[in-house]
Amino acid sequence: MTEPAAMADWKRMYRAMWRIRIFEGQVQRLAAAGEVPGFPHLSTGQEAVAVGVCAHLTREDALFTSHRGHGHTLAKGSDVQAAFAEIIGRDGGLCRGRGGSMHLVDAANGMLGATGVVAGNLPLAAGAAWAFQTQGSTTISAVFFGDGATGAGVFHETLNLAVLWKLPILFVCENNGYAEFTSREEHSNVKHVSAFAAPYGMPASTIDGNDLFAVHAAAGDAIAALRRGSGPYLLECMTYRMAGHFVGDAQRYRSKEELTAIKEKCPIERLKRRLLEGGAQESELDALGEEARQEVLQAVERARASPPPDPATVLEYVYSAPALAALSRVKP
Amino acid sequence: MSQTFIEILRRALDEELGRDPAVHLLGEDVAAGGAFGVTTGLAQKYGAQRVRNTPISEAAITGLATGAALCGLRPVLEIMFIDFATLALDCLVNQSAKYRYMSGGQLAVPMVVRTQAGAAGGAAAQHSQSLEAWFIHIPGLIVVAPSSPVEAYGLLKSAVRLGDPVLFIEHKRLYSLKEALPLDVELPPIGRARVARVGTDVTLIAYSAMVRNALEAADELSRSGLSVEVLDLRTLSPLDMATIAASVSKTHRVVIAHEAVENGGLGAEISARIGSDLFDELDAPVMRVACPFAPIPFAPGLEQALLPGTANIVRALHGVAG
Repeated sequence: MTEPAAMADWKRMYRAMWRIRIFEGQVQRLAAAGEVPGFPHLSTGQEAVAVGVCAHLTREDALFTSHRGHGHTLAKGSDVQAAFAEIIGRDGGLCRGRGGSMHLVDAANGMLGATGVVAGNLPLAAGAAWAFQTQGSTTISAVFFGDGATGAGVFHETLNLAVLWKLPILFVCENNGYAEFTSREEHSNVKHVSAFAAPYGMPASTIDGNDLFAVHAAAGDAIAALRRGSGPYLLECMTYRMAGHFVGDAQRYRSKEELTAIKEKCPIERLKRRLLEGGAQESELDALGEEARQEVLQAVERARASPPPDPATVLEYVYSAPALAALSRVKP
Repeated sequence: MSQTFIEILRRALDEELGRDPAVHLLGEDVAAGGAFGVTTGLAQKYGAQRVRNTPISEAAITGLATGAALCGLRPVLEIMFIDFATLALDCLVNQSAKYRYMSGGQLAVPMVVRTQAGAAGGAAAQHSQSLEAWFIHIPGLIVVAPSSPVEAYGLLKSAVRLGDPVLFIEHKRLYSLKEALPLDVELPPIGRARVARVGTDVTLIAYSAMVRNALEAADELSRSGLSVEVLDLRTLSPLDMATIAASVSKTHRVVIAHEAVENGGLGAEISARIGSDLFDELDAPVMRVACPFAPIPFAPGLEQALLPGTANIVRALHGVAG
């Protein structure tokens, strides 16, 4: 068993969850104001999964995520300003404005990529795990995906390969009950994503993904086992997408009762209650939330001050230098 | 000592495995030699970790190779037939080709996807296609198609060392072809075409197995006094327009030959570029020799009837020579 975290750790994670919550709120606010190109997908309500899993990852561990990956990127340790600058398409962004919300990469922090194609990077995460395995290291790979990804064939192909090769990879399914606008009942006859693991011989569990304590404990055990070389693990976190599928989604597929009940599922409120029961002071927790708010708001303002990328650089990064050398002979 | 195309490919892979511990081979049956025996014996020499069999899961194994390439390996993946690359298109198009760009240069995918293509011996509609045009449409993806064993040796080694995702297309009709590898082979740069035969009257552009037909046609035309310059493209994307321009500026007449269907093929792209960049150099319309717009049939007589060959090229050369 993983050692349970101390109160100081829980407070740090409480703050980290607020950082994500405020960040997503700012994405929403600026998207509404027309400052965010494209269509960002918010992870509001899923903060406990991001923070509880990433608490166990080192900087070297590889992380891959889905189109709903802002929270994971922050939880992995990326700079708030650079992440936000990327989402608003600025030169100071993580990817110098080439990637955007759905393609965040922060290689220095082991954040190796989000994907705009559902399930598309599951095998890439397995490939990273294979590289670590061949290098004989205890570094692992983790990938976040939604329950919608289980409809893709490559999800099943990757599970099979990961078990066959005993790869050090943690599959984290954020089962938020929706694949875009369609509820899970409508798109799969299999109630729990964790049930897909057994036929391939992979251990798995389903936990309450809005309970940080549960996520932290389950991810800690799974990741410790991965580092010992026990092979892949699938962790299904039942969570809830408090926001729509994308910013601007009118959510007509959700009932009024459902939308009202959302607030009660909030993982941050739940953690706060747990910490108060554990002896934390409310004023102290509120101050942590406020600190996170100020940190993010200041980072957002600095990100907004970053210039857009120079249009003259639009052809950079297509090829490596040697390939470019060959290209340079070509008439433009 | 002359060796077959397959033996020379194996030698190139063997040497790259020996040179760089980051190089790993993977694919369906590769530890057992692969469907065509290219990797025979390499698993025994380098171990099952370096030469790994995979399930029949093209999407996952292409993603696996891509992810491993992001983390320090130099995978050489075998996709048994290019027809099966359809199953790996999401990864190749949306992930492998775009990683360097989408990440703003933070990450790269130094990976080679070896596959084989083309029609021969009744492989029929789902094992005979020439699908290179799909891939030259994708920025970030390098597409290489060697025309001979010696060319394949150098190009494969260059591709492994390049640092970009490379689709390396071998033609199954070339596999049994034999050549002697010179003692000192200079590795050809990726992105450079080769003048396979020097000429003055017509530029004949080809790649892969069609280069052999092009050389046969050029021989035939030389007997009637027409001097044909044959270009072997080698790298299909990015295109070496500089070599093409130098030749066209000399001959002023162009024929482009490929086995892929004419519609939307590489010939259309080259022809359009010549038309816009070198219009003043042309003394005749650019002509294409390509496959009619039909799937590859099974029966030998039908296959032969459909595929473009030396006779088609000879006719086209006579046509542009006026």
